[in-house]
Order: sequence, then C-alpha cells, then structure tokens
Amino acid sequence: MDRIAQAFARARAENRAAFVAYLCAGDPDFDTSLAACRALIEGGIDILELGVPFSDPLADGLTNQLAAQRALEGGMTAARVFELVARIREFSEVPVVFYTYYNLVFSNGVEAYVRAAKTAGVDGMLTLDLPPEEAADVQAACAKHDIKTVFIVAPTTPESRLPVIGAAATGFIYYVSREGVTGVRDSVAANIPEAVAAIKRHTALPVVVGFGIGKREHVAEVAAGADGVVVGSALVNVIRDNLAARSQIAPKLAAKAADLVAGTRR
Amino acid sequence: MSAAETSASLRPESLPDAAGHFGPFGGVYVPETLMTALKELGEAYDAARRDPVYQEELNRHLKEFAGRPTELYFAERLTQHCGGAKIYFKREDLLHTGAHKINNALGQVLLALRMGKTRIIAETGAGQHGVATAAVCAKFGLQCVIYMGAVDMERQALNVFRMRLMGAEVRGVEAGQKTLKDAVNEAMRDWVTNVRDTHYILGSALGAHPYPMMVRDFHRVIGREAKAQILAREGRLPDEIVACVGGGSNAIGVFFDFLEDAAVRLIGVEAGGRGIVRGEHAARFEGGKLGVLQGSKTYILQNPDGQIELTHSVSAGLDYAAIGPEHAYYRDTGRISYAYACDDEVMEVFQLCSRLEGIIPALESTHALVEGLKRAKALPKDKIVLVNLSGRGDKDVNQVAKLLGVTLR
Repeated sequence: MDRIAQAFARARAENRAAFVAYLCAGDPDFDTSLAACRALIEGGIDILELGVPFSDPLADGLTNQLAAQRALEGGMTAARVFELVARIREFSEVPVVFYTYYNLVFSNGVEAYVRAAKTAGVDGMLTLDLPPEEAADVQAACAKHDIKTVFIVAPTTPESRLPVIGAAATGFIYYVSREGVTGVRDSVAANIPEAVAAIKRHTALPVVVGFGIGKREHVAEVAAGADGVVVGSALVNVIRDNLAARSQIAPKLAAKAADLVAGTRR
Repeated sequence: MSAAETSASLRPESLPDAAGHFGPFGGVYVPETLMTALKELGEAYDAARRDPVYQEELNRHLKEFAGRPTELYFAERLTQHCGGAKIYFKREDLLHTGAHKINNALGQVLLALRMGKTRIIAETGAGQHGVATAAVCAKFGLQCVIYMGAVDMERQALNVFRMRLMGAEVRGVEAGQKTLKDAVNEAMRDWVTNVRDTHYILGSALGAHPYPMMVRDFHRVIGREAKAQILAREGRLPDEIVACVGGGSNAIGVFFDFLEDAAVRLIGVEAGGRGIVRGEHAARFEGGKLGVLQGSKTYILQNPDGQIELTHSVSAGLDYAAIGPEHAYYRDTGRISYAYACDDEVMEVFQLCSRLEGIIPALESTHALVEGLKRAKALPKDKIVLVNLSGRGDKDVNQVAKLLGVTLR
C-alpha cells in the first residue's frame, strides 16, 4: 500500500477522519518552513499538503497569496521545494501531496517535473488549474513514476462530471466545500454529507473536504461525513501572525495542529 | 512552405476545436469550480450566434450605441511624410467609449442577459475595456464591478472616473505588480466565488475557451468592414495590415477575414517597452516560452521555473505577460508575423500622428502605427498599408504630458 492509502487506512482503523494540513513550501523561509512541517507532523497530521509557491495563484485567497509571495521573496525555487521534501523524508514517512499550478509542472516538461518530485519523496499531486480534460500528460507521467493524482470536485460540479473526475484521480478526491478561493470562514458549508455521498457513488477513492475550515468544531463537523479534512489558511495564519518571532512559529503550529487533529475523532 | 501554400491549408473557421484548442495552444485550464460555467457559456454562445434575433439585436446596438460601421480613413499627410505606401486607418477610435472594446462588451452583455446573469465583472488594463463594460452595464441596468491594477488606476485615472460616472464599482488590485495580469487573477477569484449569478466579460482574446473564440468573433466585424471598405475605395486588398497585440483582440478582429488572402501580409505589434531585456518589455514572441496562464496554453514571459515575469510597457493595455492563443498558432504556422515597438518610438509617433493628422491615437494603437510607418516607408507608392487604429488617445494625454515633462493645471 502506498503512503497515501496507508494514511487513510490508519485513520479509518482509529475511527477518525484523516487530517490533511496545508502549508506553503518555504513560507516564510526555507528553515522555518522545514521546522513548521516537522511541527505539524509531530502534532499528528496524516497528510502534508505542500503548496508550491506560484506568482499567480488565482484559486487562492489573500492568506495563501501572501504566503506564496513570502516564500518566493524568501528565495524558494523549484529546486528548493524538492529539497524541502527531501529534508522532510529524512525524518518522516508522512505522505506529501503537492498543491500546485500547472505552469510550474509544465514549464520544463511534465515528465521531468514528476520524476524529480518522485525522487524527492512526493506522493501525490493536485494541480489547481488542470481539469481532467487537459490532464493526459500529467496522468501518464504520474502513472509512470507512481505519483498519485488528486482532482477537485466543486459545489458547481454536476453529477454527470463525477465519473470523469473519479476516473482521473488515483490518490483521493478533494471536495471544495464552497465556491470561492481558499481562506477561513465562520461556518462550515451546509450539505457536505450529501455532496460526499454523491462523489462516493462514482469512486472508491477517499474523499477529503476543504476550503474555509479553520476551527476544531468545523473539523469535527466535517470529519463525521468525510474521509479527510483539509485545513490550510488557519495554519498559514499562524505563520503570518508570528513573522516577527520566527522561532515561535513551529511550537505554535504544533499546538494548533494537535488541537485541530483532535477534532477528527468520530 | 510559401505563404500561399500555408494559407491554402489554413481553415480559420475550423479553429478552435470543440475543446478550445488552436493546434497546441488554447484549451481550458481553470479550477474545477469554473468548468461548468465555461461549458454553459460555450453552449449559450453557440445558440446565440445561430440565433438571428440575437444577431439582429447585437447589430442594432453596434450601430446605434457603438457607432458602427467605423470609417476607413486615408492618412494623407502621414503618407506624404513617409514617402512610400499609402497609409489607411481603420477608425475603431471613433467608436463610443473610445476603442474597439465596445464590440465585445456589447456581444457579451447581451449573452449575459440571455443567460439570466444579474452581475457583471471585468478586468481592465488601460481602462478601455472597463469603460466599455461599464457603459453596457449602465445601458442594460446590470450591476458592474471592474478590477484594475493599482498602478494602472494611477496612470489611467481619467478612465477610472469615467467608469465610476457610469455606475461601475472599480476595485483596485494591490497584488503582484498591480497591472492587467493581477486584475485578471482578481476577476477570476471573484468569478469563482460568485459564478452562479455573475458573468465575467473578459476583455481580450485570452483566457479559457470559449473566450478567445468568442472575443475574436465579436471583433471580426473590424476586418469584415475594412475589407469591403478598401475594396470599394481602392478596388483591391491592402498589401499589409498592422495591429497592436496585448492579448490580441483588435488584431485578430482585423486580421481574421484576411487570413485566407495569402497576398495580404498580417503584422502584429507587441510592446517592446524599454527594450528586449527581462522585465522591461511585454513582447511574448521575444523570449516568451510555451506555458499556461489564466486559462490558456500560449507563449508567456516567465522565468526558468515557470514563475511569470514582470512586464513593462508605456501602454497599460499591452502590459501583459501572455498572448492570445490564436496569435501563438498563427505565429507558429507563419501566417501572421510579429514585430515590436518600444516606448520611445511610440512617444514620438503619438505626437507625429496628432500633429500631421489631427488624430490622437491610443498609446496601444500607436504601437501599430510605429510599425505601419516603418513599413510604408520601405514600400513603393502603389502599395497600401492598413493600420488598425484600435482606440483614441484621450485617455493617455495626462500620462504623455507627464512623460514629456509638461505640467497640466
């Protein structure tokens, strides 16, 4: 079993949803980011979703836009992102999924990129602006190098599209619970269980739910009906709020993660 | 392959394919949330373009509201000045709101009404598309939000005020380099959030399918009119047609009906900015690389990792890192050739045209004029160069005065 499938199986065996934590790679700098990832892993997360910083993140809200900007200004490059994953692999087997934009994957050849990702220790890839209709190259390269693909289902996705998305994904399905960009909201969207059930009619893969989830009670609410819960901006905000004292970022993230992870128990 | 052979094998009407591809370019590269909206838009457009009622209504508004047809104008004194080929202008600058952009804004707003959308959003660079969108929204009573980079709001303050006068809300974009590309990102974020009741009137032949095709179709009227007008006036087709290319909407509009006329040379002009040095220009065919940005696969100014490069042009409307996918296709097939004009040449010709013709051209259109004059000079007097004067320069006078060191009070 691959690392992603193992993570979901372990969570299921413990009667909880998997906790998927998002951070932007290299935010605010390489060393702090590595320490932040380690803190989340020690805090008990199941899957690490690493945002690959892009100059034009059009699916992201302000929190993640600024995180990408800090990372790029802090000197992150494609090579440094791979290096960050390799450094995580020195101490952890947590599954790492790239959350990225297609130009970064396409720019120097899809296959070369996917191969480099695999070598670094990446397990899966979610490419925000790559619908299944344009994804043949990525699917082929990921199949060849054994990286799992993750695709998004949105509230606007009609059920007729679900078989197409289900067939394209090999890792898990990411249900975006709201129309809109990433960012913390005050409440969790209604009808998540129905949406997850509809997706599960068309795929045997795990379904995780994200976008707008930032509090322990949100996590608990979503965990009841999904295989995994994604939290991003709420974690990125911990980095944003501690930029003046970067040594505080890792311990505060560890505490935040532990609190949120506790919400995954059913 | 000769130009004639290339053109014989072209079937412009067959492009893009059903999935929005112009050969290897174009396509649909957007977040899943927008996939269904784009599909619905494509279907609605497909139905509308076959509907005589829609076409009749669009044509009526193009005539009564926008002021079509626009004239074909013989630029006699510029022709004398150059001493070569005859120079004609297609006068899109005479249109209501000041540029060709109104052709597309009208077409799309009628489509939005058919689709039952109640809210319109748009991006704008120089402000011309924003002004055109604000005008059609005022006319049809729709809520209108325009995204504009903060830098562009500064250099095009007059257009910001015009949009607000017509009831639009103009939202400044502080992200990135605060120009057109960042305004597109923000408009797409709005659309992702409000997709159910909102139509996004994208302003150039850019973005995900069906936009490049739809925007092109709405501007084809430019070339269709120009062809009939030059035939009536000169009894033959022009030898060369020149148009500026930001995203490329006015250019593809004037070129399209000439693509199969192999003897007519078609030249797109990009923004050379301060010269072809990284970050100092917006000429995608001078150092751009194949990539995917804001919905479409095309040539893009980017760094070796795929991060989008900063761009510069004196003209806000051409200051953009990607080129429309149909231009990428015709550039690679050789049917359209591309040149660039730099800021200093543009400033010079802006003043020259104003002085010799009594026509103040938009800084964007002046890029086409720079190349058009060079070509006219190099050609004999029996040749014809047609320049698409895509917009008027009223919006640019404050900026030009500032660049010339003139204080306006």
